[in-house]
Amino acid sequence: MAGTALLGRLTWQLAELVEVVAETPRVKTIVFDVPGWHGHRAGQHVDVRLTAEDGYQAERSYSIASAPDSTRVALTVQRLEDGEVSPYLTDELRPGDKIELRGPIGGYFVWEPSDGGPLVLVAGGSGIVPLMAMIRTRAAAGDDTKTRLLYSSRSQDDVIYRDELERLSGNGLTVVHALTDSQPPGWTSYARRVDAEMLAEVAPAPAERPRVYACGPTPFVEAVAEALVELGHDPRAIKTERFGPTGR
Amino acid sequence: MDELMLDGNAIAGLLQEVFAAEMTTAVGTCGDCGAAGPVGAAHLYRGAGIVLRCPHCDNVLAKTVKNDSRVWIDLTGIRTLEVKV
Repeated sequence: MAGTALLGRLTWQLAELVEVVAETPRVKTIVFDVPGWHGHRAGQHVDVRLTAEDGYQAERSYSIASAPDSTRVALTVQRLEDGEVSPYLTDELRPGDKIELRGPIGGYFVWEPSDGGPLVLVAGGSGIVPLMAMIRTRAAAGDDTKTRLLYSSRSQDDVIYRDELERLSGNGLTVVHALTDSQPPGWTSYARRVDAEMLAEVAPAPAERPRVYACGPTPFVEAVAEALVELGHDPRAIKTERFGPTGR
Repeated sequence: MDELMLDGNAIAGLLQEVFAAEMTTAVGTCGDCGAAGPVGAAHLYRGAGIVLRCPHCDNVLAKTVKNDSRVWIDLTGIRTLEVKV
């Protein structure tokens, strides 16, 4: 049976959709029940496999959004207009439907409360997903590691997990938003793309040796990583996850 | 900078399938410049196959091609690979 598979061996499992949550007009969270799931670490991802009637298969990787919670695994998926997999996941799947997934996968872009901090999380768009798993894991553990989240979105309507981030703020967590394209009336936070000046204001000084996790589209992550190194942060303390122009 | 560039995390599933171990934290040493770093931090390009490049000197570390029944891996560019067991 699947549960007795060799240590480290990845096997495809059937996962049943139990809940769908609309996050923004283009983004949904889909929650699966995965029998035999042994938990995961924040920052890990799963591979999802869809098989068409003619046998054609498409595989994609999605970051896990949830903190470990028994056999529940939440993915947050951005619908890509010309996508092969994401429109099916966000628009076609209904509770009770089953898909194939395997995981948890990855160990590099991972944070656990025992890793400590201070933490700097930098998200571009749906790059917030694995970082949210870290924030949720931290909250679930009652951990108060000093954490700064700098989160860049196009507009306020595009901010994923907006209410929950507000709720979780405090207890060591500071959330700073940057809205690049449009801002609501009275907006007092950043209204431009993430740059070195912004990172210097939000992140602890290099002397505090923060652990940095940056996730987003490739050009975003490149700009963030370069700016942080320029500011004097240790390149080895900067972990990145790029998802390219088409998302992952 | 190439917009299509990803990082080693993106090949984690395939590598774990082949090696039956978590490989993004494995430390590879570049066969060209000698820099050592985790596989997860390598630069990754997708085409007909997947190419991993050294983030320091751009040397090709590994090339991977998969079809329905096999995975073909060329590791010529990696001098050593240190895997936690």
